[in-house]
Amino acid sequence: MAPLDVTSDSIFWRVNDLTVSYGKALALSSVSIDIRKTGVTAIIGPSGCGKSSFLCCLNRLSEMIPGCCVSGRIEIQRENILATRFDSTSLRRRVGLIFQKPNPFPMSIRRNLELPLREHGMRDSREVDSTITRCLTEVGLWSEVKDRLDAPALSLSGGQQQRLCIARALVLKPDALLMDEPCSALDPVSTAVVESLIQSLSKNYTIVMVTHNLRQARRLGSDVAFFWMRDGAGMLIEAGSSDQIFNSPRHELTQRYVLGQVA
Amino acid sequence: MYYPPRSKDWLAHKLLLFSSRSAAAVSASVLVLAIAVVTLESLPAIRDIGLWRMLSDESWHPSSDSFGLAPMLLGTVLVTVLAIVIAAPLAVVSAVFRQFYAPRALGGIYRRLIELLAGIPSVVFGLWGLTVLVPLISRIEPPGASLLAASLVLALMILPTIELISATALADVPHHHYLAARALGLSREQAVWKVVMPSAVSGICAGTILGVARAAGETMAVMMVAGNVVQFPDSVFAPVRTLSANIALEVAYAVDLHRASLFASGLIMIIMTLFAFCCAEAIAHSRKSYRVGRA
Repeated sequence: MAPLDVTSDSIFWRVNDLTVSYGKALALSSVSIDIRKTGVTAIIGPSGCGKSSFLCCLNRLSEMIPGCCVSGRIEIQRENILATRFDSTSLRRRVGLIFQKPNPFPMSIRRNLELPLREHGMRDSREVDSTITRCLTEVGLWSEVKDRLDAPALSLSGGQQQRLCIARALVLKPDALLMDEPCSALDPVSTAVVESLIQSLSKNYTIVMVTHNLRQARRLGSDVAFFWMRDGAGMLIEAGSSDQIFNSPRHELTQRYVLGQVA
Repeated sequence: MYYPPRSKDWLAHKLLLFSSRSAAAVSASVLVLAIAVVTLESLPAIRDIGLWRMLSDESWHPSSDSFGLAPMLLGTVLVTVLAIVIAAPLAVVSAVFRQFYAPRALGGIYRRLIELLAGIPSVVFGLWGLTVLVPLISRIEPPGASLLAASLVLALMILPTIELISATALADVPHHHYLAARALGLSREQAVWKVVMPSAVSGICAGTILGVARAAGETMAVMMVAGNVVQFPDSVFAPVRTLSANIALEVAYAVDLHRASLFASGLIMIIMTLFAFCCAEAIAHSRKSYRVGRA
């Protein structure tokens, strides 16, 4: 099910026959999809259809979950990232993950951004400082926090915390960002701010975003993938450009879902 | 909550309220009374000998009017500090192993073992120290019963306390911090030591200080292996006497000022424990702002 009429150069992830199970329970069965380098790929579908499981496979965080078993192939530049010899550390440096609930470390704002840099071997303090400034500017937080970089990160508002988490992912200069319902824990005002941030980031980064909000998927997604659950296991029903999924879906299930006719 | 007067519920409610209030009052007054009795009993010593003489007198010979507690105070502090230095790193690393490295089944068994270790009566530790440890040490440097023996036995005894509290503190750090760290490409070691550990530090300190409090007051096992000679130890192989051992050894025949000075040393130990708790509180408080966020 590779719907996108594109050359392989413009593909970031090439997912082939991906199956995820937790113990004996099948969570995701045989998903194949190509994810483009440009734009935002929005993943929609009801709860329990394996959207988050899918996301976790893209940076192999799935291996942190006890009992989680992944098979199939996910290629980045023709290399199978699911292969055990593939270095998951360097993969996660290239692919940042933003969690549903903002989860800055319980440290100062500065330390949140400094920690990944230092742990990945950046020694020069000026370089660290300039990276912090650059990333905070990129997420629009710099003017809000520049006078209190040593304040606890948890003293920020929810929306600010989520933008800080995005900045924390950006300090490592990733190619792609995975976002698991990044706005669902935020109020409408913060949501608008984070949404416009995602829009501007999509110019420079590959973004895959899980969302429950169909209007958000329509607003932000350049491509949309629709997941569904059948017999307890999640599966990909249809993927395509946002325009195609929302206006002329091929699958009847998709049509009913985007029109809000199935829960 | 509204209870109709004189119904069965109302009576039950009043009874429960009364009994829980009395239970709380009893527990609180036991502490106050204990401190009051110790203070009252030590007053003659504080008045007639004075705190300064207790610290500065050359030796401990109550029958010839010499009340120097300093060697025993130092003995207590040294035994405690050495025990903590031995036990704390072991306990913390063991807690990290249990939380982040051990397979689930092994971790469960390991936890039971540690809990069992915590439940062994101190006299049994003393027995082991006396029959196994002391002879071993005496082979290196006689007499064997020494500061080192007391610290080792004590270290074993406080290890489970510190381990269990440290593991709880580590488990209390929300798992998403660990996941976030791993998602940033940090290794398990980096995630544990750089992200989880700083959040757990106050809990671990609290555990260590509870360990200190227990170590400073532990009497039986220490008395069995420390040698109990009143002196400033010149090496870890020298016998020492701790304040608590001194009380246990002499209270049976102590009268008058001698007796009062034993109570005074008890008072000193209570104050030391209080001081340790205040330190723990201060440490926990100083890190709080980063954990709880906005007020």
